[in-house]
Amino acid sequence: MDEISALVQGFSVILTPMNIGLMFVGIILGVLIGVLPGLGGANGVAILLPLTFTMSPTSAIIMLSCIYWGALFGGAITSILFNIPGEPWSVATTFDGYPMAQNGNAGAALTTAFTSSFIGALLAVIMITFLAPLVAKFALKFGSPEFFAVYLLTFCSFVGMGKGSPFKILGSMALGFALASVGMDTVTGQLRLTFGQAELMRGFDFLIAVIGLFGIGEILLSMEEGLKFSGKSAKIDPKIVLQTWKQLPQYWVTSLRSSLIGIWMGITPGGATPASFMAYGLAKKMSKRGSKFGTGEAEGVVAPETAAHAAGTSALLPMLALGIPGSPTAAVLLGGLLIWGLQPGPLLFVEQKDFVWGLIASMYLGNIVGLIVVLSTVPLFASILRIPFSIIAPVIIVICAIGAYTVHNAMLDIWFMLGFGVVGYLFKKLDYPLAPLVLALVLGDKAEDSFRQAMLVSQGDVMIMFSNPLVGGITTLALVLLFWPLISKVLAIVKPKKQDEFAVERPVD
Amino acid sequence: MEHDENSDGPRTGVATNVVEAVVALILLAVGLVVIIESQRLGSGWTSDGPGSGYFPFYIGVIIAISGAGVLYQALLGKDRNTEVFVDSVQLKRVLSVLLPAVVYVLGISLLGLYVASAVYIALFMVLLGKYSWVKSVIAALAVNTLFFFMFEVWFKVPLFKGALDPLRFLGY
Repeated sequence: MDEISALVQGFSVILTPMNIGLMFVGIILGVLIGVLPGLGGANGVAILLPLTFTMSPTSAIIMLSCIYWGALFGGAITSILFNIPGEPWSVATTFDGYPMAQNGNAGAALTTAFTSSFIGALLAVIMITFLAPLVAKFALKFGSPEFFAVYLLTFCSFVGMGKGSPFKILGSMALGFALASVGMDTVTGQLRLTFGQAELMRGFDFLIAVIGLFGIGEILLSMEEGLKFSGKSAKIDPKIVLQTWKQLPQYWVTSLRSSLIGIWMGITPGGATPASFMAYGLAKKMSKRGSKFGTGEAEGVVAPETAAHAAGTSALLPMLALGIPGSPTAAVLLGGLLIWGLQPGPLLFVEQKDFVWGLIASMYLGNIVGLIVVLSTVPLFASILRIPFSIIAPVIIVICAIGAYTVHNAMLDIWFMLGFGVVGYLFKKLDYPLAPLVLALVLGDKAEDSFRQAMLVSQGDVMIMFSNPLVGGITTLALVLLFWPLISKVLAIVKPKKQDEFAVERPVD
Repeated sequence: MEHDENSDGPRTGVATNVVEAVVALILLAVGLVVIIESQRLGSGWTSDGPGSGYFPFYIGVIIAISGAGVLYQALLGKDRNTEVFVDSVQLKRVLSVLLPAVVYVLGISLLGLYVASAVYIALFMVLLGKYSWVKSVIAALAVNTLFFFMFEVWFKVPLFKGALDPLRFLGY
């Protein structure tokens, strides 16, 4: 098959000592990011993005995607040992992971979590290998109305699938679009919303927004809560790993189901957080030992970890094939591609074959390297959490400031980062989702371009969004999702709904 | 996650829905500014097609609508959240990070990233973490040395050195 030979070619591109070394560095930095409170996948990758400016695009994306895998792995360490979810998608892992550690099975819990993560990611990568080229091929037929319809679908699904106030989701998203339109208009060259400030000509870089919203905002929240760490120390010896691996095959149904949930939620921008909750909820409902969930059941660790990793990984499919990222971290990776002059989207598969298949091959290898690194270095990372917050907090703020500065070598960006930090803190406390804001900031220009092109073609007639079955279908689906909060209310009146057992706590990530 | 308990007596502070209303008002104002500015840019159809303000105009409308919607929910909605948004202990903790961070950023523009970061980490540890000066200075220098190697040496990314330029003698 074409995909297999392309993948083999991809492996030959990435298998250099330099790239393997970068994989290890990326994974270690990623786990560090996942473990440190206040640093998550999205802003971690954003901060470290400037480190890759001097590398070739392939080496750079290998390192960045490995940081991403590392961050996904790292979240489990803090959840299980300290009952602190380092990432929102690790919340469900604490339900059974922490009790397992409390019962003296920390090693088994960590091995279960890492192995499940690996399997979730592996299944998602296999899906990407075979599906992404097909989606890209299909998307080559897209015109500007179709692309705008897909953007519309992406954003409407935030409103439809989010659990918070639809007004807040819309507000957060529209704010992202407004920030994206600051600066020079790409079509007419006119300055927009700069209010005479020359420094705003450059516009708001989404990396600065990500570092502020997710980094500084998170530190302020952690500080407000007055975190005190108290956790189990863990050592994973090979015996426990082998024992745990022997027991894991019995949960294959849960693994498979959770992977499918994760893959679905990753491709649609539902994200890893709802995926992990949903997988946990379903496992609890369907498992024979469901009533024991919450007391330290291995299956309760398998489900959320598999789903979160499958979702995190499959969020890269729409990014690669359509140029539309499924998660904030995927959005940052997409930003990286743009910085290196690569245009993510269907043409990437035609024009940059080596790069795309190198990236996909690195997903396989990166996860294997990740599994080895995390299984062998848990005590090291766990000990980082014993460093008091009064040392960690200023160091993280320094890292964020350096990250913000290095994007454009601009001092003003550090001030913007601080401003975004305060916004992030307020928005998180008031339940405004941050992911739509970031995605709108990243995709704003592209969405606007395709909208304007579509309008030019139709001379301002919005009905072009229904001009053929494809664009009409996507637009209709988008509108249904947009008005889903209203539709579901009407449906609830017509037919009383059962209580949702695995409702997600946060809107979307 | 363990939280510091501060349950002696009832929590006092501003109610969440009041903060929500203020943020919604700001959102509404931002929406109106975007609408007015887009109209100035040309939010209609020009001879070349949609004007510069065509797309931002609708974005402004959405921001204004969502601001108004949240404002209504916060002040008159059924499920108003009247819990305390942040109590004085929490506010103090947040400001103890935010205010030094503002001073730190100001420091960066004057002293450069290296000097400002070292001073910031050391002072933060001494004043908020109650560490000894020796330990704090060592930690601050160690962190800065690590960043120097990581950015300037390994990945060739120059950082802002400010007027003091402390690394000139090393050739960076």
